[in-house]
Amino acid sequence: MSERPDFSAFPDARGHFGPYGGCFVSETLMGALDDLKAMYERLKDDPQFRADFDYDLAHYVGRPSPLYLAERWSKQLGGAKIWLKREDLNHTGAHKVNNTIGQALLAKHMGKPRVIAETGAGQHGVATATVAARLGLKCQVYMGAEDVERQKLNVYRMKLLGAEVIPVTSGSKTLKDAMNEAMRDWVTNVDDTFYIIGTVAGPHPYPQLVRDFQCIIGREAREQSLKQAGQLPDALVACVGGGSNAIGLFHPFLNDESVAMYGVEAAGDGIETGRHAAPLSAGRPGVLHGNRTYLMEDDNGQIIETHSVSAGLDYPGVGPEHAWLKDLGRVQYVAADDTEALAAFRELTQVEGIMPALESSHALAYASKLAQTMSPEQNIVVNLSGRGDKDILTVAAIDGIEF
Amino acid sequence: MSRIESCFARLSENNRKALIPYVTAGDSSKDVTVPLMHAMVEAGADIIELGVPFSDPMADGPVIQLACERALAHGTSTRDVLAMVKQFRETNNDTPVVLMGYLNPVEVMGYETFAKAAAEAGVDGVLLVDLPPEEALEVKPVMAAAGLDLIFLVAPTTSDERIKLIGEAGSGYLYYVSLKGVTGSATLNVEEVAGRVETIRNLAKLPIGVGFGIKDAESAQAVSRVADGVVVGSALVNQVKEHQNDPAAINQAISDILSAMRTAMDT
Repeated sequence: MSERPDFSAFPDARGHFGPYGGCFVSETLMGALDDLKAMYERLKDDPQFRADFDYDLAHYVGRPSPLYLAERWSKQLGGAKIWLKREDLNHTGAHKVNNTIGQALLAKHMGKPRVIAETGAGQHGVATATVAARLGLKCQVYMGAEDVERQKLNVYRMKLLGAEVIPVTSGSKTLKDAMNEAMRDWVTNVDDTFYIIGTVAGPHPYPQLVRDFQCIIGREAREQSLKQAGQLPDALVACVGGGSNAIGLFHPFLNDESVAMYGVEAAGDGIETGRHAAPLSAGRPGVLHGNRTYLMEDDNGQIIETHSVSAGLDYPGVGPEHAWLKDLGRVQYVAADDTEALAAFRELTQVEGIMPALESSHALAYASKLAQTMSPEQNIVVNLSGRGDKDILTVAAIDGIEF
Repeated sequence: MSRIESCFARLSENNRKALIPYVTAGDSSKDVTVPLMHAMVEAGADIIELGVPFSDPMADGPVIQLACERALAHGTSTRDVLAMVKQFRETNNDTPVVLMGYLNPVEVMGYETFAKAAAEAGVDGVLLVDLPPEEALEVKPVMAAAGLDLIFLVAPTTSDERIKLIGEAGSGYLYYVSLKGVTGSATLNVEEVAGRVETIRNLAKLPIGVGFGIKDAESAQAVSRVADGVVVGSALVNQVKEHQNDPAAINQAISDILSAMRTAMDT
């Protein structure tokens, strides 16, 4: 690890993070991606664009989000101090809106009257429907039929916001299939449609621009840590599905060598059962959804079905920058299973009065173990990427309660 | 001269156009494919595009998605597809076979292993729909060394600059996707296609096959007037679905469609 690259210089011009990333799409989309790349290159350092983005983050999303010391929980665990980056307090209840605000601004600049999105847990769909409502854009959201069933509340929220939710019944009926279907829509309606991808995956330039929009999380957390704890954190912990909340927290710290980082994947029923959603922990490199990255696939290169109690982590791939950070050893990728995540969900709710999303609960589960191996002088920042209201029905069902 | 090259040369001498049917290998069962390939040649096919099933065929419409699901349901692997080509070659040494699919099943085998096995089986070309020329720098020399043509797509949205790039990167033929959309989409606009094909001809040297939206003898004939080859896929795959438990009926239905196209294209 002595020859670490300057992380801020990636991806390269063609969207590669080392061997990962790139632009693996059918020819019809290449023009649209080139246009998007050119527009983003032009706007990303444009003072007016940045000012518009910052204004929306402050006054519409409610940023900066607090960095909260979970004092009671930390004491109970008896190790390092755990600080929670409160993305759950954002408008719409998760980090997803940071990105949809940015991409909607791009859509507006490109003059596209229609936006589409894929969604798993529904948080990205809600965040897209929200910005579409505000900007008067037509919005259609693709969602796996199984996720439509387990995230009914978010489906209804999207409908109230004026979006059309299209259940996807092909394949495993979850997030990856929703993404396939969104790609098919985009290829058909490429002239008038902007595809708002919800995570740091997909073809270049998406992994880069989604990361850049989400980096507000890490920039704030870095400043808040220095101010509130008087030092940089010793460790960062975030859950990883596609990996947008994790990269948003990690990226501004990548060149800070003293900061350890842990990306927590969904171990589902347990890595050893094969029923999980942990490509970095148990997958191998391949190409899906426009980029080369770690995937869950069989020996013939067919993508295999994933499992997690949390719909937002139920995805067989992961952002290409994470794949690269894993190989470089800069970030440690670990996993928490359904049972551990549910326990952390209950623990934080009961000890701190904060109900976390099941996705974020995976990060909390690992952080609670990590904290116990560290001293009370040390600090961990956990990305509390979303709130748990959307998961109440799932948890209730596990408790045998029906509404 | 490669099989694909001599096929287009032979057709050109006789002032004919290539009829290029697509079917998904292993749909509706592994035993269906090889006899179907022979039947298609008898019905007038010049080149066969054989689909390699993939779990996430993002560029395909519902017809070919379901064909992939049917083929995968009984475990059709890339190696099975190569075995089918090998069996086809036992009695046919002339008709070019192009494998069409997605990059991941090839990548998982390893480029060199795949290229060697494909060439040995008698495959002539490979078209990977999610592999644009910019990402093909590594795989292209490997395919070339094995004598395989790497075939690329050109779309209605492709800029002139990219057409040149694709024309130089590819070999065998260019596959012009006649409309914005997935396979099996709406009917194509022949005039628009004619204009685009002319543009491509001025920018690239390879023969041009046109696919997407060709459903019947009439559309095949219209496209054959402007392009060097006519690709038909979803219309045939529909017949496989329709008759999935009856291989003889599949062969008959597909042969009927191709014969009608052949006749229309040659008159």
